[in-house]
Amino acid sequence: MIGIITVIVYILLAIGIFFNILAGIGLLRFPDVYTRLHAGTKCTTFGSIFIIGSVIILGLKSWYLGNVNGSVLAVHSIGALIAILFTNPTGAHAIARAAHISGVKPYGAIVDDLEKRKPATKKTTKPKVKEEKA
Amino acid sequence: MIGLATEYFIILIILSLAAIMAVIRIVLGPTAPDRVVGLDTVNTIVIVSMVIFGAAFEEVIYIDVAIVYALLSFISTLFIAKYLQGGDY
Repeated sequence: MIGIITVIVYILLAIGIFFNILAGIGLLRFPDVYTRLHAGTKCTTFGSIFIIGSVIILGLKSWYLGNVNGSVLAVHSIGALIAILFTNPTGAHAIARAAHISGVKPYGAIVDDLEKRKPATKKTTKPKVKEEKA
Repeated sequence: MIGLATEYFIILIILSLAAIMAVIRIVLGPTAPDRVVGLDTVNTIVIVSMVIFGAAFEEVIYIDVAIVYALLSFISTLFIAKYLQGGDY
């Protein structure tokens, strides 16, 4: 029973570390803001689910073995996981919207279908953004 | 004791490598949204590292700090995005 739980924790940690390293590599290698946003947000969120899940399972195991501190650890880890799950996609959406409104084009893009759909409250003065070197 | 403390320290080192890659993107980034993306990634990795640190030392206070850090970094990201897109506040 306990051995199976330890193996499960190792597997969860391996998956989480793999996706976090993928986030770093993708953040370095991708050519564009939007593709970097894919790597930097989704991979870290997915990896964080597994890493914090391993902490939750360890806390529940410690609680099952008679340590009261383990339950507190598990519940607070669930709170941190919920905070990450709610805030990370919202921040990614805000960054992508701000990048598009401030004039950053996707890499290799020819037609921008969202060009006409900018919000009406926008002022005419754009912040100056350097051109993408690609 | 919760066990697996050594494994968690190894994982902290690997996570710091991912954070270093994001910091390189912050330094190199050609536009301002690139730097914001790197900053967001560093924030998420720091939150996960705090949770792992709390699990390794079995101190719940680190995980509370991680929750507060998550909410504050979310607010800062939203305000930077609001600043980048211009317009009225």
